Amino acid sequence: MPLALAATALVLLVLLWQLALPQLRRALTRHRRGSSPAQEPGYDPGRELRAEQRARRLLRSCINQEEWEMYRDLGFLRVWGTDAVAAAAGAPTAYLIYPHLPILAYLPQTGALLGEYCIAFPDHTRPYGSPRLPDSDDVLAKWFALVGDEQGLIAGANMHLPGRQIAVPKLRQDLLALARWESERAAALAQTLVL
Amino acid sequence: MKLLRLKPGHGEVVLAEGDLEVPEQEAELIAAFRRELDAGMWAAVPTIGTQGRREAEMVKRFQDVPRDAERVIFFPRAAGGAR
Repeated sequence: MPLALAATALVLLVLLWQLALPQLRRALTRHRRGSSPAQEPGYDPGRELRAEQRARRLLRSCINQEEWEMYRDLGFLRVWGTDAVAAAAGAPTAYLIYPHLPILAYLPQTGALLGEYCIAFPDHTRPYGSPRLPDSDDVLAKWFALVGDEQGLIAGANMHLPGRQIAVPKLRQDLLALARWESERAAALAQTLVL
Repeated sequence: MKLLRLKPGHGEVVLAEGDLEVPEQEAELIAAFRRELDAGMWAAVPTIGTQGRREAEMVKRFQDVPRDAERVIFFPRAAGGAR
């Protein structure tokens, strides 16, 4: 009898552990990232806002018009994978770039989420106390690295299953929003051509 | 040609600016380029592809920068994020 009870308790513990694991991982990630930039000493919201505005102008001047509008409207942008990576995956791949979050790889044809590529561009000189680039500069750095050397970036990043840092429901929601955004944009362009 | 660097709390800063046809200015650009790479920065050159799409090249030597490039943008070397 005690053996059966102990075995049941052990099974329950394992099940609870499995249930709690995703939340623990998220909490650990938040802990590793440290406090939000706003809590760092020397944080100046005005300076950060000006930096972000400057970064947005630079981003806009470097990426394609469609990508800029996507980022402006949705808060992330999509980059298509190159043929080499597509061949390895068996289908065309694409990536979603978010500021200060991992790059998400997925298959646009099926919507299958492939993985999160955790990558950061910390400036260890910390000119104003924080190593974090402005959001749009972080997006630009990822865009440069993906467009300029996709294989190198992927090889150097830590890959995890989807959902580790960006919740899967949010990713699904973002992919739906992207599809809607693209169809509305295509319709608006078609209407412009007709007129 | 302008050499720019992405900087936390600021956005981009101009590191150097010059004309590649002027030897002194080219030398200044090369020196600034090397300084940034030695400091662990990555360098990207925004380009225009054959179909007019905006693209980028990652460069590791000044000789690899297209002579007609308007900007070279430096940013901190990528580090794998959360493990």
